[in-house]
Amino acid sequence: MAEQALKGIRAFLLRRQGRKRLTAADVVTYLYLLAGVGVMFGPVVWLVMSSFKSQASLYNFPPTFFPYRQETVTLPGYAEPLALYDITFADGTTRRLAQVSRVGIAARMIDPADPEGGLLDVNLREIQDRKPVQSVFFDTTNYSGGVESFPFVNYLKNSVVVTVLATLLTLLINSMAAFGLSKYRYRGRDAIFLVMISTLMVPISVILIPAFLVITQVGWVNNLWGVIIPGAATPTGVFLLRQYMLTLPDELLESARIDGASEWRIYWQIVLPLAAPALAVLTIFSVMWRWNDFLWPLIVLNHSELFTLQVGLNAFQGALNVQWHYILAMTVLTLLPITIVFALLQRYITSGIATTGMK
Amino acid sequence: MTMRRAEPRRKKRRMNELLERALFRPYAALMTLVEVVIDPIQRLIGQRRMGYFFVLPNLLVFGIFILFPMLLNFYYGFTAGNSILPQNREFVGTANLEALFNCTDFANPNTCQHDRFWRAVGNTSGFVVFQVGIMVIFALITALALNRDIRARGFFRGVFFYPVLLSPVVVALIWKWMLQPEGIFNGVLVSTGLERMDFLTDPTQARLWVIIVSVWAQMGFHTLILLAGLQSIPKELYEAAWMDGAGAWRSFRSVTLPLLMPTMVVVLVLSLIRAVQVFDQVYVLTTGGPGTATLYMVQYIFQTAFDRRDFGVAAAASLVLAVVLLFLTLFQLRLGRTSEIA
Repeated sequence: MAEQALKGIRAFLLRRQGRKRLTAADVVTYLYLLAGVGVMFGPVVWLVMSSFKSQASLYNFPPTFFPYRQETVTLPGYAEPLALYDITFADGTTRRLAQVSRVGIAARMIDPADPEGGLLDVNLREIQDRKPVQSVFFDTTNYSGGVESFPFVNYLKNSVVVTVLATLLTLLINSMAAFGLSKYRYRGRDAIFLVMISTLMVPISVILIPAFLVITQVGWVNNLWGVIIPGAATPTGVFLLRQYMLTLPDELLESARIDGASEWRIYWQIVLPLAAPALAVLTIFSVMWRWNDFLWPLIVLNHSELFTLQVGLNAFQGALNVQWHYILAMTVLTLLPITIVFALLQRYITSGIATTGMK
Repeated sequence: MTMRRAEPRRKKRRMNELLERALFRPYAALMTLVEVVIDPIQRLIGQRRMGYFFVLPNLLVFGIFILFPMLLNFYYGFTAGNSILPQNREFVGTANLEALFNCTDFANPNTCQHDRFWRAVGNTSGFVVFQVGIMVIFALITALALNRDIRARGFFRGVFFYPVLLSPVVVALIWKWMLQPEGIFNGVLVSTGLERMDFLTDPTQARLWVIIVSVWAQMGFHTLILLAGLQSIPKELYEAAWMDGAGAWRSFRSVTLPLLMPTMVVVLVLSLIRAVQVFDQVYVLTTGGPGTATLYMVQYIFQTAFDRRDFGVAAAASLVLAVVLLFLTLFQLRLGRTSEIA
């Protein structure tokens, strides 16, 4: 039975298109890729596992993979639940006992199977071993407590507002500009395009100070618009969309004009739907940029009620350097949305990025 | 292959139709509404000038928040004072730049007036060389592995890409938790009978881990680009090489490498440009420490400007950074042109 199952697994693993045999190179490839799964997912899995450990067991060293909980038993006559231990006595016998109290090396224990038998005095020096009875238990108090001491919902709301509005705005003004730069002839067009393209590689880190000055003058310090607007005119997006729109035939636009369509109608009813693949790629990028943005919101937002998740999480870990149990849970909650989106759209995201090759 | 995919494809088409109906109708209604405002504009300025109209919103935002600050940055670089308001700043010429470059011995940051700047420059150079080198090598190996005829390629591709999506803050916290003194790495070391290590408090170790973490976080992106490059190499070339008696290594060296070169250049320059700007992950992971061991240029600019309010020196430093980035970009354009000819 087991042999048959093993054969099945073997056949499944070795089966390939074209029914070729597995070569040594294939084995090395699979080993490398499986190791890659461990390296890439391992840290995240470890984070998730840790986030379910109770505050006390989080600091057990060396750490365990699964979160554990000390097993307890409630006995009549005792208000508090008693911790269970497996005690191996000097003569080699092992008994499961509940600890009533302990002072130094002297523990008073009771047999939960025979509570009438009375208290046993156990000298911890005279026994061979004393192991706490533990079972795997996913403790969610880090999450409930974390959400209470960390305004997660508020930060999440800010992050969602910034990401959604900024992405919509980026898509709108970038596609309009790309349309204007690819389908019209007018003086200064090429100059405008060149100036935009030449700033393609200018990161926000290079213009931090003057950009911050502009924000103060506009009055957008401590205002989500100060995070949303400045990044909306991304040259990358204009470039990507323009290159795509250049491939759309001009005859299509001409015939629409002959049919009496206005320029705005041509833009939204013909050009935008046809540019959908490029728009999809830009959407993915924009969401990624905005959700993960850190430096610019860190500068623009000083009031904690306006923090985005990234800035809030950083402030949280800086302020409460020892509160790892909350930080871990909040980190899991922060990476959850993007993980779900990725799990659903993995194929589109990876192929979209592979075809345009930029970030 | 096509047979196997037929069923999901049909399902996908139904999904798309549904999505289209849910999204397109409100979109069309909204755009028709906007039309009422915009069509009079067209009547006013004429159809030929509508190009200006379409470019305008993007151009305004771009001009105010990117182009104008870029020009203003020069002004800051050549003025001094603690005020961010341009009218309250005093013109000092190249004094800020001169102060940055005021070193008796450039190899030794201690002899510089702004020693932190030169430490940041040194650290950034080291980071760029090792991070880009290690990352490109692993990205290439991974892309080659993913380009083979293997099962579950989509899954593996996704696995390597996943960390790219995580925010720098999340990435830093994940690793900070593992690298902390009581973390899993020290746990493994102690359980195998080895000594504990100071991952983030020893300067050399901290530099090493900053590199490892950023390779972990960014490798998948470059792997995808290299994979796309590999897949664009025509299969016939490999068949021809095989017919000519070329082995695996020979066909890798004579077919894969030369044809992948343009993609490699793109990956190399993109990762160089990103590496020069390293900031957020490291800021959360080590805050530049221990001491100044992982202090990089962007953090130097950020702290000089917003903690010390020395906007002049910070702007001068960002001009230096801009020159480095400009050089890298030109380098890319040049290489791109030569590889096109080749």
